[in-house]
Amino acid sequence: MNEKTMRKSRWQTVIFLLIIIVLTYLSSAITSFNFIDGVATIPKAIGWMLSNLLVTQETLDKLPNILEKLAETTFMSIAATTIAAVVSLFLGVLGSKTTKVNNFLSVFARFIASVSRNIPVVAWSLVLLISFGQNSVTGFLALFVGTVGFLTRAFIESIDEANQSSVEALTATGSTYFQIVGKAVIPQCLPQMISWVLFMVETNIRSATLVGILTGTGIGYTFDMYYKMLNYNAVALVTLCIVITVIIVDLISNYVRKVIL
Amino acid sequence: MSLLKIDELEKSYTADKRILKDINFEIKAGEFVSIIGPSGAGKSTMLRCINRMVEFNDGKIIFNNHDVGSLNKKELRKLRTDIGMVFQHYNLVPRLTVIENVLHGRFGYKTTLQGLMGRYSEKEKEDAFRLLEKLGIHEHAYKRCDQLSGGQQQRVGICRALIQEPKLILCDEPIASLDPNSSKIIMDLLKSISKEMGITCLVNLHQVDVAQHYSDRIIGLNDGEIVFDGKGIELSVEQINKIYGTKAKDLITS
Repeated sequence: MNEKTMRKSRWQTVIFLLIIIVLTYLSSAITSFNFIDGVATIPKAIGWMLSNLLVTQETLDKLPNILEKLAETTFMSIAATTIAAVVSLFLGVLGSKTTKVNNFLSVFARFIASVSRNIPVVAWSLVLLISFGQNSVTGFLALFVGTVGFLTRAFIESIDEANQSSVEALTATGSTYFQIVGKAVIPQCLPQMISWVLFMVETNIRSATLVGILTGTGIGYTFDMYYKMLNYNAVALVTLCIVITVIIVDLISNYVRKVIL
Repeated sequence: MSLLKIDELEKSYTADKRILKDINFEIKAGEFVSIIGPSGAGKSTMLRCINRMVEFNDGKIIFNNHDVGSLNKKELRKLRTDIGMVFQHYNLVPRLTVIENVLHGRFGYKTTLQGLMGRYSEKEKEDAFRLLEKLGIHEHAYKRCDQLSGGQQQRVGICRALIQEPKLILCDEPIASLDPNSSKIIMDLLKSISKEMGITCLVNLHQVDVAQHYSDRIIGLNDGEIVFDGKGIELSVEQINKIYGTKAKDLITS
């Protein structure tokens, strides 16, 4: 019996792998994507990168300008995340099973969360670009909306996971709803919530570049501009600056996480 | 004069099963009453009906001359300040300090904002420390609750109930998750609280011998009905069998 099931599961693995291989082959045949050709271009592409994407002396003159834009983008992402966190906190409290005021508001909060989360941040940028025009508010709003969706979802789950027993205890002492939320629920979920907010700050600094390219603001715009001017050395410098910033933010948030958890 | 009077109390969560059937009893101020019965007999539900943590379907509960069932939200909040509650799993906020958890007991007397800002008067803070000292855990006042042992956490829970200055304390299996030694400390504390401070105690218990040793009166509950109501010494083996539906001997030794 045991051997039989093992043999069966081995066959299942083989069949599963075969299906994946067939699917890969079919899709590359349909889209006329030739894997061999793709691999063959890699050395050439790397060669181009090495010869063009170099930070040269004259591009360093542009550094102050780039850093200024980068700072603007970074702080915009942080602002978008923190303000979104405040909004999400309210939506999360309304949406969670433990702390909901009534069913209507709970469904409403979850609805807002899923709408803003399930539309990709790229789509939000383009939609908001039409309605708000090309300025940093557009980029801010695009990040804000996506973050609200994600954080609300995360907060609802953190609150749901928190221990219900202290809510019961505080209810029994005659506490009001906001006292219970503020003193029993939030203290329990706070480390997780801060962790999610930090994660979102990191993610948003990364997506801010893309949003900037689309909405023509911040470091994304600078990147796009140099790219279109064919000034690849400057593009390399911008990329390098973004990478360093993201690494620094990662390190800081990891440190904060370690301290609070 | 009776502090608590329960009249024809009925409760069912679903239409086909009655959890509490025609419960009637009275409790005088200062009494120490234990409720014993098997799991699922409705002990916890009955306790929670008294401060309306659970809404009952029918009947009347009169606490301190207030009809509990007819209170509106604000009056209910006021009523709950007069009833302290102690839980099996202590129900503290684990990430907050002991003293913060104790002071949570004052929320019922405060406006929402005062509670959220944590504005406590000097007297309240002194009371909190006095209670912690009385229960012998004052040296842990600034520790986080999740660093304390079960017995210590339960004492914090009792402090939180006492700082409400309640007339009645409801204890829902206060010693069910504790070792024998801590259990004894907790039961002794509850007994002395009821004696010295004159606070009425209504305690859900699993252990018959503990109930007999500590309480002025025992109420036996089986399948939502009161099958015994009297002094501990009056509780005979037959009656224990009736409450638990098993042989008492197996029960005590197990």
